[in-house]
Amino acid sequence: MTAHGSGGLLAVVSYWEPWWIQIIKSLLVFGVGLSMVPVILILERKGLGRFQNRYGPNRVGVFGIMQPLADILKLLRKEQFRPATSVGLLFALAPVISILTAVATFAIIPFGDVHNLFGTNVGLYGIDVSIGPLYAFAFGAIAFYGIMLGGWASGSKYSFLGAMRGAAQLISYEVALGLSLIGVVFQAGTLSLTGIVHAQQHYGLWFFLPQIVGFLIFMVSGFAETNRAPFDLVEADAELVGGYNTEYGGGRFASYYFAEYLNVFVISGLATTMFLGGWLLPFGIHPPAFIDPIVVLVKMFVFVIVFIWVRATLPRLRYDQLMRFGWKVLLPLATVNALVTAILVVET
Amino acid sequence: MTAWDPGEDVIAVQRGPQPGGAGGLYRAFGETLRGMKTTLGRIAEGTTTFQYPEEKVPVYPRFRGRHKLHRFEDTGLEKCVGCSLCAAACPADCIRVVAAENTPEHRISAGERYATVYEINMTRCIFCGYCEVACPFDAITMGHDYELSDYTRSDLIFTKEMLLAEPLERTPLRTESE
Repeated sequence: MTAHGSGGLLAVVSYWEPWWIQIIKSLLVFGVGLSMVPVILILERKGLGRFQNRYGPNRVGVFGIMQPLADILKLLRKEQFRPATSVGLLFALAPVISILTAVATFAIIPFGDVHNLFGTNVGLYGIDVSIGPLYAFAFGAIAFYGIMLGGWASGSKYSFLGAMRGAAQLISYEVALGLSLIGVVFQAGTLSLTGIVHAQQHYGLWFFLPQIVGFLIFMVSGFAETNRAPFDLVEADAELVGGYNTEYGGGRFASYYFAEYLNVFVISGLATTMFLGGWLLPFGIHPPAFIDPIVVLVKMFVFVIVFIWVRATLPRLRYDQLMRFGWKVLLPLATVNALVTAILVVET
Repeated sequence: MTAWDPGEDVIAVQRGPQPGGAGGLYRAFGETLRGMKTTLGRIAEGTTTFQYPEEKVPVYPRFRGRHKLHRFEDTGLEKCVGCSLCAAACPADCIRVVAAENTPEHRISAGERYATVYEINMTRCIFCGYCEVACPFDAITMGHDYELSDYTRSDLIFTKEMLLAEPLERTPLRTESE
């Protein structure tokens, strides 16, 4: 630790950012990040269509690219309906929690290194916290409050069942998700996400190769964390009518939907940073600074496409299969992976 | 007594991977990858859907769509003689026929009588084709049009003039190769 700090929440940075840079940064990061959600929406709907020999939406705008906008506008114009059995305050609060945590996690994803812009040093990320993955897990855990409170406060049996499944799924897969990243953290020797990318630069190899087991576990638990197929038991349209968001409509449903897709983007961003070298390019290519965020976005969209591909392929797991897979396969594998990495790191 | 041999009729059943242990996990992973390959292959196949309003699905020649009433091609007289057999055959009771006598100076149909009113209520019609079967003069046949939506129910009661007229838009007919 240097004179700058003694291991507080923020990572130790050797430069100073003026307040106006921080405002521009947050506007830019969230502007780009949030505008990616409709892109993912249309990508998913068109992609799922192609996976099923059909076109997907192609009526609104050129090739149907305005479809998400039309959907959102339709939802926002709807009545804010609330069941008589619901708990008012929590019912309204739950989608806000969901969207808030998703946005908060998005802040730590680095889109580039520290560069000299406008005469000052600017890090191309929201914030660089010294506890990167822990920060992400903390907000990931709070995100489930959005689902659980939403399900419980709806006062409907389907919502409640979905919320209970959500709680069980969180406990089962958050552990494996955390342990799968421990190997990366051991190898990088830091918890800061930019630090992890720098470590991959020094190591000369992106961590998805030496940490292939951790990478696979992270991807599988990532599907569970974002409630995506084949782990979408929380929503399970067929059995639960839509799970925790059964009773939601209009703007509140739009917030849930938005948060879900932002979570997919955030998990893709974490995977990019942790395992795919963040803004680095292979073969020692060093592009100019403005390329960095594009590289990160392209890598993130590769993961998003994998998410869509898996959703188009795999059927939903049964509840007992989900539990057995989480506790009896992923957790031991992740533990062994962390132990082996620890031994190898100490040996070398 | 021997067991029945299904012979060529038997269908190969694809089962999931055998569960259990590390081998089961490995097999399940392999099957997952095989599934991913299958869905990716669908992208290469391209789309097979019809873009409906622009692109219509061609119908078979015997498709039972909106009815047509016919005239004799040489004399231009209506084939319908107002016998009401179609109305009697109609299980949905959607045809209404009112007959009148032909006179030498006012000749509508080839027979003794003609239909002054011939209405089919398309909201009730079930397109069974019994009217076509019942007709002794082939005066009513089932056409190929299936786009019969409208804004009011009264607009869907087709009169004799509407049924005699050629439909505005032709439904594509399926060729032999399709």
